[in-house]
Amino acid sequence: MNFSVITTQFWSLVLQGLALGLIYALVSLGYTMVYGVLRLINFANSEVFMIGTFATLYLEVHVLGYATNSPSLHGAKLIWTLFLVFVGAMIACALIAMLVELVAYRRLRARGANRLASLISAIGVSIALLEGMRIITISRPMTTPRLLDKWSFGQFHGANFRIDTMMAIVVPIIIFVVLDRFVTKSRLGKSIRAVSMSEENSKLMGININRVITLTFCIGGLTTGAAAFIYTTVYENTVFNVGFNMGIAAFTAAVLGGIGNLRGAFYGGIALGMLEQFASAMLGSQWKAVTVFTVLVVVLLFKPNGLFGEAVQQTRT
Amino acid sequence: MRLEIKDLRVHYGKIEAIKGVSVVVNEGEIVTLIGANGAGKTTILKTISGLRPVSSGSINFDGQDINKIPAHERVDLGISQVPEGRGIFPGMTVLENLEMGKFNRKDRKNEMDEDLDRVYTLFPRLKERASQAGGTLSGGEQQMLAMGRALMARPKVLLLDEPSMGLAPQMIANIFRIITEINKQGVTILLVEQNAQQALQRAHRAYILETGNVTKEAAAADLLNDPAVREAYLGTGAH
Repeated sequence: MNFSVITTQFWSLVLQGLALGLIYALVSLGYTMVYGVLRLINFANSEVFMIGTFATLYLEVHVLGYATNSPSLHGAKLIWTLFLVFVGAMIACALIAMLVELVAYRRLRARGANRLASLISAIGVSIALLEGMRIITISRPMTTPRLLDKWSFGQFHGANFRIDTMMAIVVPIIIFVVLDRFVTKSRLGKSIRAVSMSEENSKLMGININRVITLTFCIGGLTTGAAAFIYTTVYENTVFNVGFNMGIAAFTAAVLGGIGNLRGAFYGGIALGMLEQFASAMLGSQWKAVTVFTVLVVVLLFKPNGLFGEAVQQTRT
Repeated sequence: MRLEIKDLRVHYGKIEAIKGVSVVVNEGEIVTLIGANGAGKTTILKTISGLRPVSSGSINFDGQDINKIPAHERVDLGISQVPEGRGIFPGMTVLENLEMGKFNRKDRKNEMDEDLDRVYTLFPRLKERASQAGGTLSGGEQQMLAMGRALMARPKVLLLDEPSMGLAPQMIANIFRIITEINKQGVTILLVEQNAQQALQRAHRAYILETGNVTKEAAAADLLNDPAVREAYLGTGAH
């Protein structure tokens, strides 16, 4: 056990934990938004993330024509290229997420199937997407071109403020602020909150429930796509089962923060990212999962609804 | 005729909850459905607003068969329901709750101020509490909010499900006074109540419902003096 890292690497661990945690947080929105309105765990979201990483790769390599040995981009061209890929990955994920809802959930719901049927359907879709991608990619990991040169803003007490680390922190924060405003202030956002409080009473207001459900899958897909883009840009590779660990981490973050709760996803993601970083540094990376899940169990023992028990949609105005 | 229900049958699984009920609500009336727990009153309202599917029979609104119209579009036609237990959105402010009542109206922005005014005039308490979360209101205030929210949609027919439930006597009197007031403003009302005394005093006509069947239909004033009704629904000692 190595406690000295807490003092020697503190800021570095915090920075890395934040970057990782905020990626988790974005993906966990794909679980938490859907859970909020449907009370359904959208297991297929991990594979939506996977599709997002491949969409990023596909856009960079096949649409824009960059090879793994292409030189990095600079200036306006860099910004535009990354922005294009970013938006493309988000749209791809949103479309997949909405398609999953249409194919795997909507008909079941219309027939009044119980939640267990939807849950199995979700797992089924998830496996189909995963194994489909395994066949397409012949199980091979793939490397993406380094479009973004990994320069650093500088060091602070051993923490390296690299451009991609900063991107992984700043972009999710912006997305969360925008989404929080959307859900609390806009008419459509309020319809999401209304359905999460009561489906029946929302219908009486004239809210089209199916449209709200599609909207939440769309938003979950957009944020998961953003996470996939950031992940791929930071780690520069992907593989067909990349969604598995990410899915478990993001789902854990959602539960830790309080599933169904937007801010819970945010803080749950950060908490999880930090925990992982500190546990790895102090106990060795093999202890990472043990620590994380022990903490999860302990938190749930004392706060069964997660750190932010009540859904934000319900308590906030 | 605003609303005409003909030979309505509704099932919960295999159990027939409504066994061929016919009800007519004319323009400008207050009609009340009276009956004990489990008689099917709430089911009838939910079927009119589209929350429950019809097994057989028809529901006509302004001469149009609305059986195939989904619940969220019936609000646009002019049918608003105040559900049993108020059904307000607890995490939204009073104002937000009221705004939700207009969710689908095309002219929302232009109508908003006028309709808020109208609701605040009927329920001054709501104006004082406009920025308070709906879940923090008292039962009576929540009932006012639920009614105000339904009025925001400018309904032609207002379906009220047990508006007096769980309220103090003074608040009950207040709510019923406002129901009459809303009716005088031109809104047709179908009122479901266990508080038969109040409902019959306020209504023009009434139907008595027993286990999914209408057993009696008459002018409300007649039922108030009907010995059998007095015994069953008003308590024998009442006079």
